[in-house]
Amino acid sequence: MTFVLTAGLEVLAGISSLVLIALGLAIVFGMMRVINLAHGEFLMLGAYTAITAVNSGVNFYIAILFIAPLTVGLIGLIVERLVIRHLYGRIVDTMLATWGLSLLFVGLTTTVFGNTTTGISSPIGAVTIGNANVSGYKFFIIGVAVVTIVLVILLLRKTEFGLIARATMQNPTMAAAVGVDPKRTYAVTFALGAALAGLAGGVMAPITGIVPGIGTTFVAKAFITVIGGGASVMVGTLTASTIFGTVNQVASFLTTPVLGEVAMLLTAVLLVRLMPQGITGRFFRGSI
Amino acid sequence: MTLELNNWAAALVAGAGALLAIFLIPAIFNEYEVLQMMIYVILAILALSLAFIWGIGGILSFGHAVFFGLGAYSYAIAAINFGETTSAFLVAIIVPSLFAAVLGYFMFYGRISDVYLGAITLTVSLVFFKVANSTSGPSYRIGKAPLGGFNGIPSVPRLTVPGFPEWELGTIELFSLSVVLLALTYVGLRFLISSDFGRIVLSVKENERRSELLGYDVRRYKLLTFIIGAAIAGIAGCLYANWGNYTDPSVFALSQSVQVIIWVVVGGVGTLIGPIVGCFLLQWLTTWLTTIDTINKDVILGGILTIVVLLLPQGLVPTIRNLAWTVAARATRHEEKAV
Repeated sequence: MTFVLTAGLEVLAGISSLVLIALGLAIVFGMMRVINLAHGEFLMLGAYTAITAVNSGVNFYIAILFIAPLTVGLIGLIVERLVIRHLYGRIVDTMLATWGLSLLFVGLTTTVFGNTTTGISSPIGAVTIGNANVSGYKFFIIGVAVVTIVLVILLLRKTEFGLIARATMQNPTMAAAVGVDPKRTYAVTFALGAALAGLAGGVMAPITGIVPGIGTTFVAKAFITVIGGGASVMVGTLTASTIFGTVNQVASFLTTPVLGEVAMLLTAVLLVRLMPQGITGRFFRGSI
Repeated sequence: MTLELNNWAAALVAGAGALLAIFLIPAIFNEYEVLQMMIYVILAILALSLAFIWGIGGILSFGHAVFFGLGAYSYAIAAINFGETTSAFLVAIIVPSLFAAVLGYFMFYGRISDVYLGAITLTVSLVFFKVANSTSGPSYRIGKAPLGGFNGIPSVPRLTVPGFPEWELGTIELFSLSVVLLALTYVGLRFLISSDFGRIVLSVKENERRSELLGYDVRRYKLLTFIIGAAIAGIAGCLYANWGNYTDPSVFALSQSVQVIIWVVVGGVGTLIGPIVGCFLLQWLTTWLTTIDTINKDVILGGILTIVVLLLPQGLVPTIRNLAWTVAARATRHEEKAV
């Protein structure tokens, strides 16, 4: 029983991390058909923001839940204005330009913080389940993921911004014709995606050592989750995260963590091959 | 376009350039500097391979380093096991080609393109990187060659002259071989592009649907393009393992794939000379930035990639060529007026 509970917790935490890592990229890709390859660096910047804030005496939760997303959201706004805006509709060029940005951010962070591993420790201690101790922070990650998912769904479904964003996604020209400014919608959407990446980075900071180059591990996971998920932002991200997270955790448990990741990556390759439009290109069509 | 050289003229220029490099550079520079320049030449071959599959074939692989790495690793493993390097050189071409055939079949016959192809190639390169990194320990070996995990394979034997197993290539000889292979690749690709095969590959890039309606099997042409590119990348990888006498998992790294893409973008997608120029220029810049050590090289390289994509989407060489063309055209117009 204990084993089932702890294993279940591991799998759930793995899925939740994937959702958090991928959600920002998914929103930007789903709404704007833009693949932001600097997404991993947005997470990295979120983590560094959180670490810097905590080290200068800010409350842990305020640092990772508010300061990290707001800072990175702002950076996203600037990036959209300077780079992304000029490349709409040129998907490959956007990928190349954002890959350049990713290098730029890695270089800048290395210059400022040095190429060393930093981190913060989580204030949540271990929790006892049966006769096993598990990290309480896992519950926190699951909680943050669930709340974020609910908030994003509410934002897209129930608010005026959500309506405008979905309309712009479906038909930018028509949206513009009825008075929506697609440029502004895109800017806000991109900033939202960046803010979510910042949040994920902040939440990940206590459990992974953070180095300036950490983004590459994040971006690949996020990229395959988004592509695997397909056109629907929420359902796609959730289903793909569930599949990949489960494969990763189960295979890690059976073999080694490295082979677990490899199994996840190979599953992703197969999935993209079998369903190039992603899971939601075949199932759950028309969902958000 | 009279500014374009025809193939035979290009072959002549490339041959003369190669001869000049082979005789002048070792005469002017010391051995250490020649070694430095050799890596530029080797990486230029890698740049050419991506220039071909992306610029000519329209296939943008985000994991091009896989073939480079496979070339380096399979050469190292084969050379250590065979105790003989000529066949190892061939293995370093065959293994990447075979892998490209499998991966390419998997992708192109599944009609994967664009972002999805990017996702798959990127993921595959990560798999190689992770696996190669995790092979530390004595249990991971292929024949006599330990894989060495993070540390890679040390003391890889140098290439020898075929038929003379005792005659190991020295620095100057290896440099000359690299230059010759670069020139041969360049000229070979030029002839390939203007052959019937090359024209079909170009037409597939320009308009896949139309080429298909004309009766060409688009998938087959993409696959062949991919395999040729991988074989060339394998040659570069083999030379790389020779250059440093070792290979480690960084040959599979994402940063390696990005680097190649940057050279091609900066030099000019769709040309062959552009990526060579881009590679020389940026490698020189990287070395220089590392020497002066004031600005992080990633800042400069990343900045260059973003700015070139935004402002010079054609790349350096086509932009300069067009500029020269415009100036020349204006000059002739002036002359005509004067008459």
